[in-house]
Amino acid sequence: MVRPRKNHEEATMNSRVTTAGPLGTRLRESSAALRVVLRVVNAGPPLILVILVIVFGLIEPIFVTQRNIQSVAIQSSLIGAVSLGMFLVILTGGIDLSVGSVIALSTVLGAVAFTDLGWSPVAVVAVILATGVVIGALNGAIYVKGRIPHSFISTLAMMGIAHGVALIISDGLPSPGMPDIVQTLGGGYIGPFPVPALVVLVLAGIIWFATSRLVWGQWVYAVGGNAEAAREVGIPVDRVLISVYVACGACAAVAGLIMAGRTNSGFPMAGNLAEMDAIAGVIIGGVSFLGGRGTAVNAVIGAVIVGVIRNGLNIVGVNTFLQYVAVGCIIIMAVEIDVLRSNIESRLRAAEGRRA
Amino acid sequence: MNAGAGPEAPVLEVRGVSKQFGAVTALDDVSFAVMPGEILALLGDNGAGKTTLIKGLSGLYRFDRGEVLIDGKSVHFSSPLEARAAGIETVYQTLAVFDNLSPTANFFIGREEALPRWLGAFGVLRRRHMLATTQAQLASLEVHVPSLTAPLGVMSGGQRQAIACARSVTFAGKLLILDEPTASLGVRESANVLRLVRRLPAVGVSVILISHNIDEVMLVADRALVLRQGRTVGQVDVSADNRGRIVSLIVSGQDAGP
Repeated sequence: MVRPRKNHEEATMNSRVTTAGPLGTRLRESSAALRVVLRVVNAGPPLILVILVIVFGLIEPIFVTQRNIQSVAIQSSLIGAVSLGMFLVILTGGIDLSVGSVIALSTVLGAVAFTDLGWSPVAVVAVILATGVVIGALNGAIYVKGRIPHSFISTLAMMGIAHGVALIISDGLPSPGMPDIVQTLGGGYIGPFPVPALVVLVLAGIIWFATSRLVWGQWVYAVGGNAEAAREVGIPVDRVLISVYVACGACAAVAGLIMAGRTNSGFPMAGNLAEMDAIAGVIIGGVSFLGGRGTAVNAVIGAVIVGVIRNGLNIVGVNTFLQYVAVGCIIIMAVEIDVLRSNIESRLRAAEGRRA
Repeated sequence: MNAGAGPEAPVLEVRGVSKQFGAVTALDDVSFAVMPGEILALLGDNGAGKTTLIKGLSGLYRFDRGEVLIDGKSVHFSSPLEARAAGIETVYQTLAVFDNLSPTANFFIGREEALPRWLGAFGVLRRRHMLATTQAQLASLEVHVPSLTAPLGVMSGGQRQAIACARSVTFAGKLLILDEPTASLGVRESANVLRLVRRLPAVGVSVILISHNIDEVMLVADRALVLRQGRTVGQVDVSADNRGRIVSLIVSGQDAGP
């Protein structure tokens, strides 16, 4: 007797959705139901992460050992840092393709400062971070002041330029040797906790606070939600946009710091395809590609999900190349969830209109 | 209305403003005044100059000639921010609201309350304070929304309009300009918004209401200013007896007489 019950359920659902007019309680019921679905959708990324961890843990208990969790954390920290910056840019409806090249150039310049110029460890860290800030500022300024139609173009150009400069300076070769402080940031441990993972946690905390508690963050969301209206209400849209690219460059440079420390070197192929992983992480984290929606915490969770899929599939022992297929599928799923969300919102809107 | 000493002074006075776009005369020597607590309907067919007039008043355009006075003082706006600082708020049909932000965030967008002040954009939002203010303001205007923290995107057209109006009312010291606030709304939601408009004089805000809907004007406005091809063709007190006269002014530009 499964069939009739299902039919009955469908009938109820249909009547809830289509009923208008005096049946107020039914409508309220349906918007309450929609609200619950919306909550679940918004809680998506952490939910997906938990499910993935449980599934991999059940299939292969090694997955949940301390050693493996540490290795997932280390693997995810690089993309996590890049994703946090990418999150800010995508929040404004833009994209930054130059982050991988920022990693490469920052490690190469760090190596030059340390090995060739013999600068102090602190100066080396400063050089690495400044590389990101400068490239970010250029990205933002070229995009905004140059009236480029979309930041895809300006950062695509910068991706080539920065990578080219890194190759020229390094002659295409890796340069070994980084100060201890950089090595610790990239590969050290505090107790059982990998330092790079802690660095990314701190960075995530900063970005979370800046986006959810500062006026600046409110403006970033506003620019991403409705740039024209943002101008009308007096938000300095151009300056907000430039600041976002600067922050993204800085986050990529933090990833550069981690990369340089972990490999104890500067090399021009570092961060290759990091932009793609970061975009994947941000989208999987439920951040809308159209801008204006998403949280820093979920962006990091998205990056961790990518790391967990890669590591988990390795450990479970399926074909390594399957991870690309899996990540691709999860991206499509995440975007579909975003579509579902806007669908639910417009249905809620209609329900509110009928009730008013 | 307050009965101060002497004759009541207008909140806004417009004296002989004109605006030319190339060979087209959008506004030609238009003069009128808005009194405290008054709802003035701005009527006219498409191309009558209504939009040019309010864009001039809200600082988006500059008039070529003429003078605008607020509380008897001559003003010249070169940006919408200056008009807002002078107490004139405008709600356009596009609303300038953010579907991804909460009603509270929408309320304070661009003028967030944050501490410490000297940090500017990097100040920390006074979230509870802003929430309470929004709540109080919406309550005093009897605007009901399902949630003050959910994104505006889940709310109806009327609720969004009401929030845009309430926001402008809160910050409009003197005058609120509404550009066809009910154009995209259903019957019931229109009624809600109009009820809100009628409440504004009580909180000390005068209104210029642009509308195509004569019934709506009869319902809320005190006086009607009719424009035609950039010129003033009539200023009429709104009453049931004058309905035919107003319609005739809009349609033919002829004053049928009282």
